[in-house]
Amino acid sequence: MNPISRGFHGRRRESDVDPKRIPPGQYVTTDFPVLSAGPTPHTPLENWTFTIKQAGATVKSWTWQEILDLPAEDVTVDIHCVTKWSKLDSRWRAVSMDTLFAQVEHEARFVLAFCDGGYTTNLPLADVTGGQAWLAYDYDGSPLRPEHGGPARLLVPHLYFWKSAKWVRGLELLAADEPGFWERYGYNNYGDPWREQRYAGD
Amino acid sequence: MAGTAVRGRLTWQTVAVAALRPETSSVRTIALDVPGWDGHQAGQHLDIRLTADDGYMAERSYSIASAPGEPVEITVERLDDGEVSPYLTEELRVGDKIEIRGPIGGYFVWDGADMTPVLLVAGGSGVVPFRSMLRHRARTGSAAPFRLLYSARSLPDVIYRTELDMPGAGADIVYTLTRQQPPGWAGHSGRVDAELLQEVAWPGDRQPLAYVCGPTAFVEIVAAGLVSLGYPPDRVKTERYGGAGAT
Repeated sequence: MNPISRGFHGRRRESDVDPKRIPPGQYVTTDFPVLSAGPTPHTPLENWTFTIKQAGATVKSWTWQEILDLPAEDVTVDIHCVTKWSKLDSRWRAVSMDTLFAQVEHEARFVLAFCDGGYTTNLPLADVTGGQAWLAYDYDGSPLRPEHGGPARLLVPHLYFWKSAKWVRGLELLAADEPGFWERYGYNNYGDPWREQRYAGD
Repeated sequence: MAGTAVRGRLTWQTVAVAALRPETSSVRTIALDVPGWDGHQAGQHLDIRLTADDGYMAERSYSIASAPGEPVEITVERLDDGEVSPYLTEELRVGDKIEIRGPIGGYFVWDGADMTPVLLVAGGSGVVPFRSMLRHRARTGSAAPFRLLYSARSLPDVIYRTELDMPGAGADIVYTLTRQQPPGWAGHSGRVDAELLQEVAWPGDRQPLAYVCGPTAFVEIVAAGLVSLGYPPDRVKTERYGGAGAT
């Protein structure tokens, strides 16, 4: 039993949000907060590529136009940030990771996403395939803004949002799991919001 | 970019409020009595959990305001539309119990290990982790040159003003007041921009390390400004708040 915080009532009673949509410890925001560890990078689209690598070698690479030419989906999902905010019904236009992986032969079990600015985050391959993950380039009907990860970011909404790497430039295919940026700084290796896996050991 | 040693599981701990100290009309420092605190690094944060009498819980993160080795303190700004901050700044009393876990975060930290010049750029309550860093610097006798550029709405909105007036040798504090300046104000006025950064920031060739903390728009402008002054992006560490509106 948690200790009662004398005089604390909260304000969720005014909310019309279905509580079953809110993972433990999260609150709903209608804004779109920004969190990143460093300056926002600005890579010109003509220099931008999305690359799947293995052992340092390119397995497959797409230019910006080649990504735009792939079939895209309109995706409406709830997103959950480890800093406690959740945003419901966020709307994206995105290419399914399944579409990209359909062009790649591999036997990897994990991926490490890499990004402009040096950010990385690790994911099991099983979490970026099967209709669970996308490469997103529009948000709410407009091109994804740089501070939110534009031109393109990963979208992996079933995990905490740090796994949805901003400014993503590709995935490194790995046979063994390897922690990414926040995962090395004490954040959970997997990051399931429904099990409140915020930090190492959760 | 090696991470810090990962400690064991961060468990929730019920702690008592040891002291409360008003900082400004909307900001309060809360000292916590945390038995068995393992210590923290300057710049880390902790999570707070409140529980209502019907079991409803709310969690938020707050930067730690005290230096490593000091009792744990956080500093909280009341946001009018907030759910947790009005409680912490107005309702909470000495002796009340809250739950915490931490410390959290190993990137936006200053460990005092070298003499690299450090630039701190704070917008509003973004100054909180920098108080921890400045106190850590003073307590460890570090000779690393420190400069804090602190953007506040007005002089009465400056948090830790008395303490910042005596930052210690080798540390200096530069204010800019964005909305209201007292009569005869000789400091800077207006928002932080490229010109002010150029004037205040350590030159890029001294290999400085920069920490920027504040609202998103502030951090975007400052971080981009520092990069254009020649700071390598990986030497500009950012932490943002706001936009969420409900903390």
